[in-house]
Amino acid sequence: MSTVNDMDLLEMQQISKSFPGVKALDQVSLHIRRGSVHALVGENGAGKSTLMKCLFGIYSRDEGNILLEGKKVEFNSAKQALDHGVSMVHQELNQVQQTRIMDNIWLGRFPRKGLFIDEDKMYQDTLDIFKTLDIDLDPRTTVADLSVSESQMVEIAKAVSYDSRIIVMDEPTSSLTENEVNHLFRIIRSLRDRGAGIIYISHKMEEILTIADEVTVMRDGQWIATKKAEEITIEEIIKLMVGRDLTNRFPKKTHSPGGEILQVLNFTTEEERSVQEVSFTLRKAEILGVAGLVGSQRTELVEAIFGLSRLASGQLIMNGEEIENSHPQKAIENGFALVTEERRTTGIFNVATIRFNSTIANMDKYVTRYRLLNDRARTSDTDWAIESLRIKTPTQKTRIESLSGGNQQKVILGRWLLTEPEILLMDEPTRGIDVGAKYEIYQLMLDLANEGKAIIMVSSEMPELLGITDRILVMSNGKLAGIVDTATTTQEEILTLAAKFI
Amino acid sequence: MKNPKKTSGVFSGKKIGNFIVDNAIIFVLMLLLIVIIIAEPSFISFRNLKNILSQASTRLIFALGVGGIIIAKGTDLSLGRQVGLAAVISASLLQAPGYAYRMYPDLAELPIIAPVILVMLITAFFSAINGFVIARLKVDPFVATLGMMIIVYGVTSIYFDRPPYGAQPIGGLSDKFANFAQGAINIGSFAIPYLIIYATLITALIYVLWNKTKFGKNMYAIGGNIEAATVSGVNVFKYLMMVYILAGLLYGLGGSLEAARIGSATNNTGNGYELDAISACIVGGLSFNGGIGSVGGIIFGTLIFQVIAYGLSFIGINPYLQYIIKGLIIIIAVAIDSYKYRMK
Repeated sequence: MSTVNDMDLLEMQQISKSFPGVKALDQVSLHIRRGSVHALVGENGAGKSTLMKCLFGIYSRDEGNILLEGKKVEFNSAKQALDHGVSMVHQELNQVQQTRIMDNIWLGRFPRKGLFIDEDKMYQDTLDIFKTLDIDLDPRTTVADLSVSESQMVEIAKAVSYDSRIIVMDEPTSSLTENEVNHLFRIIRSLRDRGAGIIYISHKMEEILTIADEVTVMRDGQWIATKKAEEITIEEIIKLMVGRDLTNRFPKKTHSPGGEILQVLNFTTEEERSVQEVSFTLRKAEILGVAGLVGSQRTELVEAIFGLSRLASGQLIMNGEEIENSHPQKAIENGFALVTEERRTTGIFNVATIRFNSTIANMDKYVTRYRLLNDRARTSDTDWAIESLRIKTPTQKTRIESLSGGNQQKVILGRWLLTEPEILLMDEPTRGIDVGAKYEIYQLMLDLANEGKAIIMVSSEMPELLGITDRILVMSNGKLAGIVDTATTTQEEILTLAAKFI
Repeated sequence: MKNPKKTSGVFSGKKIGNFIVDNAIIFVLMLLLIVIIIAEPSFISFRNLKNILSQASTRLIFALGVGGIIIAKGTDLSLGRQVGLAAVISASLLQAPGYAYRMYPDLAELPIIAPVILVMLITAFFSAINGFVIARLKVDPFVATLGMMIIVYGVTSIYFDRPPYGAQPIGGLSDKFANFAQGAINIGSFAIPYLIIYATLITALIYVLWNKTKFGKNMYAIGGNIEAATVSGVNVFKYLMMVYILAGLLYGLGGSLEAARIGSATNNTGNGYELDAISACIVGGLSFNGGIGSVGGIIFGTLIFQVIAYGLSFIGINPYLQYIIKGLIIIIAVAIDSYKYRMK
């Protein structure tokens, strides 16, 4: 095969993976040296997670080899990878919430004493690992009682307990405070010093340059560059990540915001530590971005506006009159629409047809005499959605589950456009869809703004926020950290605001 | 697995394979039917067809009731006991005036419609409680209706087993009431049993409700993705309540038909009907994952069970062996369903 470098712990060679219509990975290679922290960066959709899923056998790759310590390996599951010392600390932690820390760590391989589980050994072994990692937790604590940072440390301890030589960390600091980040970095360094290879996936440039030894940049499913961390600057990384002029990725803006349409006053959700005292105004024909870190309660803010969560206090004033979005039905009647963040869990009806999916929020419009539905109107409205949003589907009767993510998203947009909303709330509207479809969705948003609709767009993608919004509202830990003018702001300003209340 | 299936293109091996998997249960059952016919060619007769359809009629009504619940991602174990309650109450109110063991000796002869509507309201009430417990108190449908099943049995038994006659079957039904289920319309030499007509009308009504109304679309939406339904402005509580109440109404109607069909009722009438109805739904393509299923599928599931049960008896198969065959059909149907689900 290739020359095995003694220092190479993990080699992923020329990995390719295609999904229908998208080449998710195109001949991507990644070399992880023993005792190093290797940052993997790229915009959302660049292929980082797909590459990792190929490593863990969650996706089967179309081409390429994976070598662990020079030996070809082939994992069919995350568990198998774990047994070979390749582990992953997920963004969303998969833990058995109701059980104790030590049960989670030794799950599936409890130490035994005869027929029974050796509780003492389990406790002592966990404690030993915690000591080496400088983690101060009682192994008998129930996982549900841990903070995010503590759960993450438990995951890392679990990886260590498997004697992991490769540990993948996906956005590990996204919901950590600064102190917690420092603690995490101490742990990462001690793992590195013991010879492990860490694959560190993150969007946070400063962090990457602090902790990483090497940086690999990916873009559009391709390997772009691998550099030593000390030889590269943030600007260079961003340039490699973006790889082209930012303006090309977004349609031209032609709209200009008009008069005020909505006032959100003192929004505080009933749930504690969620949205607190948020006030802002939205104008007609305006695209207002909502930025913030994970856990900043952006989704909760738009859900509260749409009536999906109860308010402890707050007022909505639309066109000068007070309205109440006490539940989604009311919100829809008041001219609101919500494209949710999780398309699979709260957006699509998987097993239902395109027609069903595009008309379900608009049923009242189709009720005719004798309370029957006007199927002709439903069909023609669906045709309108398919045509105007250029949804690629064989027929209206096709199940939505067989469409690509981008087309599914367009169906959901169609669903809401059919309700003729005045205010569109869009939560991560371009998540998980390919670049071409993203452009079309941006174009659609701009078209809507041109028609005078107001849009609130929650997004984690900085280029997107900077590319198509008029103003950006920054949330930090449930509070409003500031509202900036898109034309004059910078990424740094937004990130500073996002960290304001942490 | 993530790959969307191409729906265009010529017939390929995969497509034929899919067709077989999609319709595997039908093939299995057709095979069984062919075996029955080969064993006893006289099985194919107009008389048998009529018997099968009559027997399937009440079962179809029950299956359509629980079918809506299953589409809305619930289940209803209390079906059989609610049928029993409806049967006992309607029978007790419609005993012939001259019958010696009347539960209400001095009761005047009622028009049939009154007791039937009364029991429909009673079962709708118990089903509404099911709906409330499931939709508002968020109790798992299996557990909620398991509890209700036991409660309703208790209610039925208290009503049924009391002086002066105690736990005696409630018989001696008035001729009109018996005729309500056992009668037929004669068109020339053609006799169409009332039961078949009722089942046809109800099936048509349910078809319209499920496919042509907002209620139906919302029922599918709740079963398909309850969170997406909420976001889309569906009043989940209201429509779940409606789904359960509709089922209750059907149980009540079907229960009184059962009493009239059998000619008597006890507190054990309807015992186990929920399992037959749910089995018919599952074989007919409904999924416990919710959101899918059709009236046609439920008709198919109900009929096929009836045909097989009738046919196996007809050719003299040991009734205990029939249980084994029925059980296998259910498991195979669900296994195929789950296989299809994973392939998608």
